[in-house]
Amino acid sequence: MLVENKEIVEVSKRIFNIDEIRADFPLLHRTVNGKSLVYLDNAATTQKPNSVIEAIKNYYTFENANIHRGLYFLSELATESFENARLRIKEFINALSVSEIIFVRGATEAINLVATSMYRGGLLNDGDEVILSEMEHHANIVPWQIVAKNNNIKIKVIPIDDDGELILDNLSDFFTEKTKLVSIVHISNTLGTINPVKEIIKTAHDNGVPVLIDGSQAVPHTKVDVQDLDCDFYVFSGHKMFGPTGIGVLYGKTEFLKIMPPYQGGGDMIRTVSFEGTTFNDLPNKFEAGTPNIVGGIGLGAAINYIDSFDNSEIVLHEKGLLDYATERLLEIDGLKIIGTAKMKTPVISFTIDGIHPYDIGTIIDTDGIALRTGHHCTQPIMKRYNLPATSRASFAFYNTKEEIDKLHDGLIKVKRMFS
Amino acid sequence: MTIQEKQKELVEEFNALLDWEDKYAEIIKMGRNLSPFPEEHRTEKNKIQGCQSQVWIFPEFNDGKVHFHADSDAMIVKGLIAILVKVYSGHTPEEITQSSNDFLTEMGIANHLSPTRKNGLGAMLKQIQLYAVAFNAMNN
Repeated sequence: MLVENKEIVEVSKRIFNIDEIRADFPLLHRTVNGKSLVYLDNAATTQKPNSVIEAIKNYYTFENANIHRGLYFLSELATESFENARLRIKEFINALSVSEIIFVRGATEAINLVATSMYRGGLLNDGDEVILSEMEHHANIVPWQIVAKNNNIKIKVIPIDDDGELILDNLSDFFTEKTKLVSIVHISNTLGTINPVKEIIKTAHDNGVPVLIDGSQAVPHTKVDVQDLDCDFYVFSGHKMFGPTGIGVLYGKTEFLKIMPPYQGGGDMIRTVSFEGTTFNDLPNKFEAGTPNIVGGIGLGAAINYIDSFDNSEIVLHEKGLLDYATERLLEIDGLKIIGTAKMKTPVISFTIDGIHPYDIGTIIDTDGIALRTGHHCTQPIMKRYNLPATSRASFAFYNTKEEIDKLHDGLIKVKRMFS
Repeated sequence: MTIQEKQKELVEEFNALLDWEDKYAEIIKMGRNLSPFPEEHRTEKNKIQGCQSQVWIFPEFNDGKVHFHADSDAMIVKGLIAILVKVYSGHTPEEITQSSNDFLTEMGIANHLSPTRKNGLGAMLKQIQLYAVAFNAMNN
């Protein structure tokens, strides 16, 4: 009987209807400067569906209490909601166990946690090497530079080619006895490139080196299976996948999390405390000092339920349509050059227009209600690689439409006219 | 014209422009008409680093009056700079330090001076005041 029920639950996915999806996101219907908002900065943060907003409201209206503490009804209810969210995340990325899911503030904190804890625990020592890539976000560069005094961890950088793809031909040559970790982005926030992380993980493991994957841009677009990837750590932020800000996830294999010392000290992460010494709690609590972002975790759980209510292949198909259409329409514009032309891409388009500064593009197009990102996108090494001070970037989510791409095209034509 | 008179004129001129497109067209025009920046002064010392755009500013102090030269790699920022140069250039340090910059709010462009814009403009406005204070001290 139970098996039959499970089967019924698994097949009931929502039909992918763009009008219904857009109706789920209240912010998409507001106006900016008297125009309908066209929100194209999804790689920075995504908008939130009603179900996430309602989950947050519901928590503060009916469930708010501190978790893992009280025996009273509300505390148990809050604990259950929070731990349920952890379970949803575990299922979403197919982790082996819920104790491998650590709640953090975001991908940035997750990487800082791994760097600090590995260093403190002697898994990473002065003079050791970490392999990164040229397309890393600053959040996956700076923690490795500051973790040891005097920048004593050597960073080796996998280069990228003109299309924005990693050059992996001689990847094995990067590994030495000193290599302690490969830390690499799954999908580039600036270029949109989907990296062949499974192959990279395989090569690293062949060399006896664990791998951290920064999946911040992957989770809102593709299906992630950490067991299939066989990564040792996987990190992402909730707000880039339709969840709240201030909550994110560190997935780590138990074998690593077990031997890594705590990142921060405080309540919830301890078993016993005396002034002579402290013993630590089990996973995942060992890494979750203090009252966590309870409502954030619950909101993230709701976001995952939302994403999971669709068949992922439909999301991928719609987004591929957006990427192809946007690429085609933008290339119609004279002097526009796309930065990042990898074969495997998510719907992110960084571009420049000859003779027009990105700041000017972003400012003028904002008057049409179009939210476009300009700048270095926290990836200054990429800007250096292409010898650019900045780019403009349109990044799409599955709630975006071809009509919005037409508006972007027309807005850019107007920009060109104003600066010609 | 005094600083206040120039400010008042600009506010009236901008308030007559009805939509943003016209305002920006005017700002861009002002940037195009800004005198060329003396290349020998395009140095690190005179550069204000913004995350999104760069600004250069160089003051000259002649006959008791400050003259500003400035430039930016972004046209809109350059236009906004032209507004500041127009208002503050050719005045004594004392006149500059005693002036207010409320006119930017009245013109509807103060949002460009917010730190989140990261365009170096807010820093430039501060720099204009700092130069004026320094020349004032020199004068006394």
